[in-house]
Amino acid sequence: MANHDYELHEHDVIVIGAGGAGLRAAIEAAAQGASVGLVCKSLLGKAHTVMAEGGIAAALGNVWPEDNWQVHFRDTMRGGKMLNNWRMAQLHAQEAPERVLELERWGALFDRTKDGRILQRDFGGHRYARLAHVGDRTGLEMIRTLQYHGIHQGIDVYMECTITRLLKDGDRVCGAVGYWRETGRVVVFKAKAVVLATGGIGKAWKVTSNSWEYTGDGHSLALWAGADLIDMEFVQFHPTGMVWPPSVRGILVTEGVRGDGGTLKNSEGKRFMFNYIPEFFKGETADNEEEADRWYADKKNNRRTPDLLPRDEVARAINTEVKAGRGSPHGGVFLDICTRRPADYIRKRLPSMYHQFKELAGVDITKEPMEVGPTCHYVMGGVRVEADTTQSTVKGLFAAGEVAGGMHGSNRLGGNSLSDLLVFGRRAGLYAALYAKDFGGTLTVDSGQVEQASRAMLAPFERAGGENPYAIQADLQQTMQELVGIIRNESELKESLKRIERLKERAGKVHVQGQREYNPGWHTALDLESLLTVAECSALAALERKESRGGHTRDDHPYTDDTWGKVNVVLRLRNGKLQVNREPLPEMPPELKALFQERK
Amino acid sequence: MPTFTMKVFRGDPRGGDFKDYRVETEPGMVALDVIHRIQATQAPDLAVRWNCKAGKCGSCSAEINGKPRLMCMTRMDLFTEGEPISVAPIRGFASIRDLVTDVSYNYVKAKQVPPLRIKPPEPDGTYRMMQEDIDRIQEFHKCIECFLCQDVCHVIRDHEENKRAFAGPRFLIKLAGLDMHPLDTVDRSAFIKDAAGVGLCNITKCCTEVCPEHIHITDNGIIPLKERVADEFFDPVMWVVRKFRAKKKQPA
Repeated sequence: MANHDYELHEHDVIVIGAGGAGLRAAIEAAAQGASVGLVCKSLLGKAHTVMAEGGIAAALGNVWPEDNWQVHFRDTMRGGKMLNNWRMAQLHAQEAPERVLELERWGALFDRTKDGRILQRDFGGHRYARLAHVGDRTGLEMIRTLQYHGIHQGIDVYMECTITRLLKDGDRVCGAVGYWRETGRVVVFKAKAVVLATGGIGKAWKVTSNSWEYTGDGHSLALWAGADLIDMEFVQFHPTGMVWPPSVRGILVTEGVRGDGGTLKNSEGKRFMFNYIPEFFKGETADNEEEADRWYADKKNNRRTPDLLPRDEVARAINTEVKAGRGSPHGGVFLDICTRRPADYIRKRLPSMYHQFKELAGVDITKEPMEVGPTCHYVMGGVRVEADTTQSTVKGLFAAGEVAGGMHGSNRLGGNSLSDLLVFGRRAGLYAALYAKDFGGTLTVDSGQVEQASRAMLAPFERAGGENPYAIQADLQQTMQELVGIIRNESELKESLKRIERLKERAGKVHVQGQREYNPGWHTALDLESLLTVAECSALAALERKESRGGHTRDDHPYTDDTWGKVNVVLRLRNGKLQVNREPLPEMPPELKALFQERK
Repeated sequence: MPTFTMKVFRGDPRGGDFKDYRVETEPGMVALDVIHRIQATQAPDLAVRWNCKAGKCGSCSAEINGKPRLMCMTRMDLFTEGEPISVAPIRGFASIRDLVTDVSYNYVKAKQVPPLRIKPPEPDGTYRMMQEDIDRIQEFHKCIECFLCQDVCHVIRDHEENKRAFAGPRFLIKLAGLDMHPLDTVDRSAFIKDAAGVGLCNITKCCTEVCPEHIHITDNGIIPLKERVADEFFDPVMWVVRKFRAKKKQPA
């Protein structure tokens, strides 16, 4: 393979990943006049964004005029247990409404209020009904809108193409190398700026709402290229995934079910969330069923139902109920909307949930409760970026969406992901294009780097007698599920790192059969490298943080500790060694701090 | 646990054949789970597209026992143990490998559709739309682009020559959705008639039957488009009326 002429494409900006963030970044970079290449592992329009259900959080104030960016900012920071990058949370809250209105101008049709404006729904941790939505298929509407707007902006789309390495010229990024899934041929992209928009890492766990694509590619590419990762210990387990039948375990059940009136119950029929209201949220959470039920219609005089506490709180509560023997027959709890809302309302508001349970579980959610339990859903941690520009610690490398860290702190609120994709996707495209425009020098692609990457890609074919990649992937998923799950402790985390080390050895000997054309066994083998990298990062960071906060709960350090509230756990690769550091959070300015003192 | 014999198409553009795999199943399993099990244990190089495994991304289209379906939404308890089950790629598109086909036709057609161009906003800078005015378009927006409708459409399934001037059901409802969009200002009628070839559809409703989202493709999408084209181009009374009335929409 050495010394071959590689297929080469050259752009000002390449965007890796074509979900909400990647598409929005590509559109913005093109609008700035940059030549843009958009590279994605799947076909266009199939990215994970398509699965987002509940809505886009934005303080439009259409349903509750009292809502504004300050309230949204405050909710986001409190949801993240104050570990968020304050500036990202501020930009996000300020710009989300305009990004939603922009989607509407590009053709999105959100559900409407009576007076014809964008309707907003309740979601966990949000003080007001804030989520612009389309039934329970908001992500589909968003990706189609961006897709059909994007294809007319002169963007070159490279579908079913996987990137395995970033290329560097000195301390700058100068492109990326990967392979076409269809032909197995190596392809090189030369670019002045690279935007990572690759999503998350959820495929490292066994029970997950994430698709095969979520193998931490962008996190790993950034780390290998010398960038910092932060907050990798914070993994969100969404409280409500399907639990039965086994083959659908982990598939997401939208928080919109609870937003629209659904409630969690244990095997005794009790609404158990009233027993799990943490001190931090006591002031704003109803402590009795009557007040909780009144809150849906009257938010001024009532506090929010505990069913809509932030996701980390609800996931832990479900976990505890099941462990105490009060779970449902298949190891979850009950989510009941059938006794609380009329059947027509349920079918209109939650059509895909109705369909999903009917088809996959044989359950009619207008007549029976659902069985639900936690499922790995989202990683808060990611590439450390500058808030305004989304640039990483490596020149020319930008990151937006789930692959970027900081925005959500230790726990993300539902609905804040889609808005994050739009706000920071646009910023990434803008600043990547400006960076490319301003860059006056020349960049050279080092053929040695390309050859090294292509040799690594082809190695699994050349080995004899190694293991099947699916077996290693399954063992990793089991390891992370057992040892780096919702509740962690030191000895289990140490054990996980030992096992990951052994899995890395096995992955180094993996063998694939067959041809280079569209060979999923080979693709899985190559994905193992990034999957193992992010698994190790997550376990290492979790071992480092000796407290419990948001999406990181240690039963050997069960309390939230203020000194840990001032630092991020930072991971970086130096001379082949993964370094773990604690570094201070950016300090919030006094005028924003004041927002947290006004009201408990 | 019931065991099934799966006859899975293995091959590429040069040719191929069905190969038998014996697979044990568990309760609730769908056809895609079975394909994954074959990959993990018997044929790691078995090519298949999939993403969400929840009926939302439209990647895993195939023809199961000859019927176009999403593999992720096809429960194995639909079938009787002992009966062989065939899994073939969608036949309307050229083979790439095994269950993966070349669906680029759809991306070409998507790009040809004249995009939305919206009217100016209300004085406050936003737009008002009533729910009842967008209900029907929201139905079209449910489309997950699985291309099963494109696969079964008689106009193109066995008539490659028609692909040039026919958009297929997926893009006819895309056009219908744009045409009915309350904010849109583009007149696409000539495009719908000529480039999208709406006249070629003979309303057999095969597309509607296979739609996993249960979109009424023919009744709610294609027939209104046909009516519009008929009014616009073939109705003499409407022709006279238009002569004396300013056009509301601009040609694409």
